[in-house]
Amino acid sequence: MSKTVPNDQKLDVAPPYNAVARHGVSPQPSHDEIARFDFLANFNKFMASTLSPGNKLAYDKRVLPAFLKEHGREPQDRFEIRHAMNKDPFHKFWSALKRNSMEMRQQNGRAIVLRQIDELNAKARQYNEGAQGVKSTLELNPEIAVPRYQSAVDIHCMPGSYHGEELPGDVSAGANYDCGIFATTGGGLGALTDGGGQALVDWIKKERPGWEPRRVLDIGTTVGHNIVPLALAFPDCEFIAIDTAAPILRYAHARAQSLGATNIKFIQANAEDLSRWDDGTFDWVQTTMFLHETSGKALPKIIAEGYRVLADNGLMLHLEQPEYSDAMPLFEQFLRDWDAFNNNEPFWSSMHALDMKDEMVKAGFDRDELFETGVRAVVDREIFPEAPTGEDEDHGRAAFWHAYGAWKNADQMQEAAE
Amino acid sequence: MTEQVFDWMAAANKKAKGKRPEYFDDPEDERMLSILMAVVGEVSVLRERMDTVERLLDAKGTISRDDIESYTPDKEAAYERGAMIREYIYRVMRGPHQMVEELQHAEPPVEEVSKELKEI
Repeated sequence: MSKTVPNDQKLDVAPPYNAVARHGVSPQPSHDEIARFDFLANFNKFMASTLSPGNKLAYDKRVLPAFLKEHGREPQDRFEIRHAMNKDPFHKFWSALKRNSMEMRQQNGRAIVLRQIDELNAKARQYNEGAQGVKSTLELNPEIAVPRYQSAVDIHCMPGSYHGEELPGDVSAGANYDCGIFATTGGGLGALTDGGGQALVDWIKKERPGWEPRRVLDIGTTVGHNIVPLALAFPDCEFIAIDTAAPILRYAHARAQSLGATNIKFIQANAEDLSRWDDGTFDWVQTTMFLHETSGKALPKIIAEGYRVLADNGLMLHLEQPEYSDAMPLFEQFLRDWDAFNNNEPFWSSMHALDMKDEMVKAGFDRDELFETGVRAVVDREIFPEAPTGEDEDHGRAAFWHAYGAWKNADQMQEAAE
Repeated sequence: MTEQVFDWMAAANKKAKGKRPEYFDDPEDERMLSILMAVVGEVSVLRERMDTVERLLDAKGTISRDDIESYTPDKEAAYERGAMIREYIYRVMRGPHQMVEELQHAEPPVEEVSKELKEI
């Protein structure tokens, strides 16, 4: 084997699934289950770096010329490009392969989790039992309905989505989501798939050295990947992490507790209505890759409610993939839209067409309070690769985000202080 | 196990809610590719298992199933196994990979070349 790898050459290969860290509710993968994710991680790298450039070639060399001939003009938007590209043999085949990779990731993850679901449920119970009583770090509310934007289709082709159960009260949704992100990101999010949360910690420590928020709200927390690193970095701060789905919260709570993040309270709640919290309750309101899983009417409500519960001098920060501005070429918009129509992300396309700055101004921020920044996943670079951006990027999945943020009334607060 | 038999193998195959896009003109091609890709994945799994067995035998001479299940590659072995999977992927994905090359360099049909050679 080693003979086929020249010593002086380093190939771009995914880290082994063995490098994924285990926590208290991790499913235990067998040798072959590890090998399945090793294959998918490397296959997804191949798809993004080696095959994907064929899409642009097909567009430039035959799809665009045929479109110009037929219509006598350039495509007006990403939708016209998609309809034209969906007839191209190369793009069709690439999409079919990619869809299969996503479906295999779900099947492989569910197979690991469901064969040991009784053990996983028992592990989760150890952390969750009693949590709803004295410690009160897990609060489930059966009256919280699954919103239409979560139930219309199973988001990212995850059977059952975040709210599904295979057995009553189980944690399969969270365990499957957690264990397979490695495969779809080629390990780009690190050992605990928390490269986004680690990046937030790095960012805030540089941005506001010494700042100690009193209370942080994480909206759409799913399995709590991105909030656990912050909770560990600010042990004296109270964290509230909300989601509409009970199954994912059961898993998230057990996972966080097992990792020592005991200062997070997981609450089943819908962020469109945060009326249980008074105005100005939180010093930081955070969403991480969440807003694209809502809807046209829910998103402004969530940001407006987030604004209301945010204290003066507090931080609102949203991590998403970059928006489709006029500066972004239509072909790139089309490629970034792949997940919207091929991986069950039905709000993805509309959300990325929104001007997030306008949305935040509508919620109450002054335009001059807003800022934007890039945030790259922070992972152990000894083992985990830096996710490529640009040509080789796996569009929509790169571990590199665009942050839309604002410090509420910070200018007025400073003026008042002076 | 739970009281009622829970068939996790069947449950693992659950379809995600949401109509599946159609990529090919013939729906049977969708099914054929899904079976083929699953087999492509499983062959990779077999190769990785064989590599584990070989490495353990090299190191220990005799091994048990537990040794295989608990095997964790060191950094060098992990890289070599990654390269092995990569090489395998390139081999089985030759067809789609060559489509990219065809897009880069359009070529005339060989029949045309044949006619040309007859005349020169």
